[in-house]
Amino acid sequence: MKTLFEKIWDQHVVKSVSENLDVLYIDRHYIHEVTSPQAFAGLNQRNQKVFRPDQTTATVDHNVPTKKSGFPIKDAMSKQQIETLEKNCREHNIECFEIGHENQGIVHVIGPELGLTLPGTTIVCGDSHTSTHGAFGAIAFGIGTTQVEQVLSAQSLLITRPKTMGIEVSGKMPDGVSAKDLALYIISMVGANGGSGYFIEFFGPAISTLSMEGRMTLCNMSIEMGSRGGMIAPDEKTYHYLKNTSLAPKNEEWEKAAKFWKTLPTENNAQFDKKITVDISALAPVLTYGTSPDQSIAITESINSDCDLQAELAYMGFKKGEKLLGKNVDHVFIGSCTNSRIEDLRIAASVLKGQKRDANTVVWIVPGSRKVIDQAKNEGLIDIFDSFGAEFREPGCSACLAMNDDKIPAGALCVSTSNRNFEGRQGKGARTILASPATAAAAAITGKITDPRQYL
Amino acid sequence: MEKINKIESTAVPLPLDNVDTDQIIPARFLKNVEDFDYGSALFRDWRYAEDKIDPEFWLNQDKFSGKVLVTQSNFGCGSSREHAAWAIKQYGFKVVVAGSFADIFRNNALNNGVLPVEIGLEKAKTLCKKILENPKTKIFVDLQDQKVSSNCEIETKFEIDLFKKQCLLYGINEMEFLNQLKPDIEALEAKINLYA
Repeated sequence: MKTLFEKIWDQHVVKSVSENLDVLYIDRHYIHEVTSPQAFAGLNQRNQKVFRPDQTTATVDHNVPTKKSGFPIKDAMSKQQIETLEKNCREHNIECFEIGHENQGIVHVIGPELGLTLPGTTIVCGDSHTSTHGAFGAIAFGIGTTQVEQVLSAQSLLITRPKTMGIEVSGKMPDGVSAKDLALYIISMVGANGGSGYFIEFFGPAISTLSMEGRMTLCNMSIEMGSRGGMIAPDEKTYHYLKNTSLAPKNEEWEKAAKFWKTLPTENNAQFDKKITVDISALAPVLTYGTSPDQSIAITESINSDCDLQAELAYMGFKKGEKLLGKNVDHVFIGSCTNSRIEDLRIAASVLKGQKRDANTVVWIVPGSRKVIDQAKNEGLIDIFDSFGAEFREPGCSACLAMNDDKIPAGALCVSTSNRNFEGRQGKGARTILASPATAAAAAITGKITDPRQYL
Repeated sequence: MEKINKIESTAVPLPLDNVDTDQIIPARFLKNVEDFDYGSALFRDWRYAEDKIDPEFWLNQDKFSGKVLVTQSNFGCGSSREHAAWAIKQYGFKVVVAGSFADIFRNNALNNGVLPVEIGLEKAKTLCKKILENPKTKIFVDLQDQKVSSNCEIETKFEIDLFKKQCLLYGINEMEFLNQLKPDIEALEAKINLYA
């Protein structure tokens, strides 16, 4: 009796090296401009070719401007980093979605939407949010640059076999809350390092009802509990999503693939090393109040009056015992590999439709990919954002990590749909509240922390 | 890779939990495509306030120095940036003793010859406290015996994967090891069928 994780892992072990260390074969490798240059440099120094160039795909996302006026790139180092990726890909025959390419976007948005991310596969990228791809029933996790070089070189990694954690999510998701609220709620329960050493599988009735976009949001955030990654068994929703992608298997290949994928789900009596049950029947929109993603409360609640996170509260400018509801918001950021997919934009648009932006609040909506832009345009969402008064930008990681010009000013409070509220993450001195697209959109209307349910 | 076995040194305390890689090295220092002095950017926004050195921050206090960094739980959480491990190494640390480590950081440290020594939160807190009280406190790390101790009363064993231990002890390069496995890798490729 095996779990989904065990079935995929066991199939990919090239060799066991020591008690818990395996050489694991990697099916799909995504790269971007920031964590790959030193890996290519190492490869070039050894005069080595990329072993399986067809299994690596590159895109530019972390460093790209998201304002149309940002092109051509002015920052010399960003420009050099992007050009270095393009050059490395040309030299090593790797497909690269450059700026302006119809497939360009955030690496964890484009992989799934192209159908490159498939159930039953092993997927890595030099980015911690690679866990996103686990939503398709894949073992997907982030790696360092030395490991990027190892995958380029041998399509394999030396990696410790993690333990397994099953998180069963029961109850019906209440109206007005989404996968982001669920993710933040689970992280607050498990803790920022509660998943350390584990690979998580999410299952249960509430998971089955999540859309693929919602599942990606949840798996994306699984790294914020310290786990290596999170995954969800493939089902009809997974197949339906993949069928509409350009690169998933077709015709006979599809039939064979689907037959294999149906053998993947965890068997009834299979054991997890650890199991947790979560009931979400009473889930309300969730907000972080500190500087770690596990420090959160429901929007209706107050920060615990016993809260001993002095440094965190001092940085955020909040007091224990107080509510966040009604606090002034300076910036709203809707974007990142957590929440920049079409469904996220649809939710934001449903809140913003017919409303006007608060005059004192800066609102950036940064789509995850060019394909998301096309779809948003076709569905009339961009018109809604324009008449609301939000800035709708070009695709990229943007203010999630503020590597490009999209920085939140020091002291400003930003309601953000991204994944990390670390000190200075969105810009030196910036204060981040993590929230769902609906909660972020509601704050954009009122300029204050607002319960989005009144708009849904 | 540089070999590690026994280290004897004073240490710098960092008595905090959840020190994330954005603090270890902020994202704006990740734009280099070649070598860079990442050590100069280590904890940049904690070491400097408004571009002036913050004399209060532990790394900036003259009384604390050494090849060992001692911190609390979940060190290195967040981004997978290996620049965090490069910064720690280039600053001069050879060992990080922590209550616990984030998985990706632990692996990045090992791949750069920086030894992560996990001792549990309570012991890590005690050790930080000892160093704060007496900056001359020496830490002894013995990789062969997987033991860490100090000239205060703490002595404890730590875990490390056997293969990773050999890599550090003998300076073995994982890349060469993987490249030598190409026949096994090709054999698995022939067998593996994603749509089988």
